[in-house]
Amino acid sequence: MIFDWNTMVPVLGLAIIQTFQMVGLSLVFTILFGLPVGILLVATDRGGVFETPYGSKRLGAALHSTLGFIVNVGRSLPFIILMVALIPLTRLIAGTSIGVVAAVVPLSVAAIPFFARLVEIALREVDSGLIEAAKSLGATRATIIRKVLVPEALPAIVLGLSTSVISLINYSAMAGIIGAGGIGDIAFRFGYQRFDDAYMITTIVLLVVIVQAIQSLGSWSAKRLSHR
Amino acid sequence: MITITDLYKSYPAQNARAQTVHAVNGVDLHVKEGEIFGVVGASGAGKSTLIRCVNLLERPTSGTITIDGQDLTKLSDAELRHARQGIGMIFQHFNLLSSRTVKQNVEFGLEIMGMSRAARAARAEEILDLVGLADRSSAYPSQLSGGQKQRVGIARALAGNPKVLLSDEATSALDPQTTDSILQLLKDLNRKLGLTILLITHEMEVVKRICDSVGLIDEGRIVESGSVIDLLNTPGSRVAHALFPLGEGTGSPGNTTIEIMFAGDVVERPVVSMLSRDYKLDISILGAAVETIGDRRVGRLRLELPGNIEANAAPVARLRESGLFLEVLTPAEVVAQ
Repeated sequence: MIFDWNTMVPVLGLAIIQTFQMVGLSLVFTILFGLPVGILLVATDRGGVFETPYGSKRLGAALHSTLGFIVNVGRSLPFIILMVALIPLTRLIAGTSIGVVAAVVPLSVAAIPFFARLVEIALREVDSGLIEAAKSLGATRATIIRKVLVPEALPAIVLGLSTSVISLINYSAMAGIIGAGGIGDIAFRFGYQRFDDAYMITTIVLLVVIVQAIQSLGSWSAKRLSHR
Repeated sequence: MITITDLYKSYPAQNARAQTVHAVNGVDLHVKEGEIFGVVGASGAGKSTLIRCVNLLERPTSGTITIDGQDLTKLSDAELRHARQGIGMIFQHFNLLSSRTVKQNVEFGLEIMGMSRAARAARAEEILDLVGLADRSSAYPSQLSGGQKQRVGIARALAGNPKVLLSDEATSALDPQTTDSILQLLKDLNRKLGLTILLITHEMEVVKRICDSVGLIDEGRIVESGSVIDLLNTPGSRVAHALFPLGEGTGSPGNTTIEIMFAGDVVERPVVSMLSRDYKLDISILGAAVETIGDRRVGRLRLELPGNIEANAAPVARLRESGLFLEVLTPAEVVAQ
């Protein structure tokens, strides 16, 4: 086993950049869509602040069960199948089905429901007494969500976010299939297919270090944000 | 200030075997401007549902809630939110936002009212000073004691200058000394700001300490209500007996047992020695309690006079004449208590 850093560093450097691009871009969409979906899951549930949107209990219940169903579908497919199944959609959105940008579509589709469920769990932990207190002060439903539910659940949401990032890194390892590259792709092509243990060990160490760093950052931020 | 008329709140049965729960079952209540009105009752009597109906955190099944001339049950959502800004509320478990500092918690209601940043800061400082927490304004709730948390709760509720304060078991999670200081604060605010307070509690001590009027709730109905002093002077009042438990001491058969309720300066008069001197009676004291209620000294005394009621007609008449509220108990009544 030979660690030939002169050839390995450029290869791995590019892979790291690709992984970060995929994960970073997907993360933006994950937050952008996952957070509202998580909020809606809680808000439209029984006893939630949007239990009766436009005064209709039926609309709230319908919204809740529809969202729940979509989220479950998104979470029930293994990523590799989801990625292949989504190729037509990816082509429609990204204009191509190969490369980093194309990988962002299935990655986001997989991570949004995952993060949404974690947001839901975080929001359900908020004491209903706080919502009541906000109501007694005359708060609107939007104010309750913006100034009570989300800030109070923020430490737990941040922890959920770091879990989601780690899942994204996990999924992104498979994105090599559609030519998006990344650390996982190097491990597979160089480490596995060419039996190059140097690449295998280096990529494993890299992934472990990255995941540890993200988890530590997430835990540290959650602790900083929490004043309980 | 607060008028509740014919209020009902029931929760429909959740399944076929369960029964509809009638938490509030026809309550009429009037709270005068500037008074402290206490609703007392055991747990499950419906008092919590009642107070949550007052600002419509629970929507009543039927009946009306009028605060400051406005019928809250007729308001639209937006109008109701605006009305709630004029009704403060404090809670048993304080319900402070853990993510905000003391000052930011107090400012929360002001943000909702749309007050500017500078005005909010000034008002928060002012009201924190009033509740005695000016030096803790940048602390987080988790760094405060229970009593301090409730002071923040009170400051938050009063920041927007409401005319009415609703208190949902505000002292039930506090130790006796802290309870005392919070009650004292409520009493001070009531006087200083002319604040009308409607509170619910299961502690008679709270009624004794600060309430002007009281309503006893049982099975969702107000079974007794009026000013505390009047109720103390009402023969057979459950509130009076709960405020002044005299124990079970009963007279011997053939003797007369009387209960005297006295308020104000009558307390200082030597009633018993007067009776024994002027009528040559051997009086036994079966039970006695003297307390300060509001600002008045109030007491209850249970005496046993020798001989039946006919034999004691003269001393009883004399006591009544001197302005005491007197109740002659038959032996059966004494036992029943």
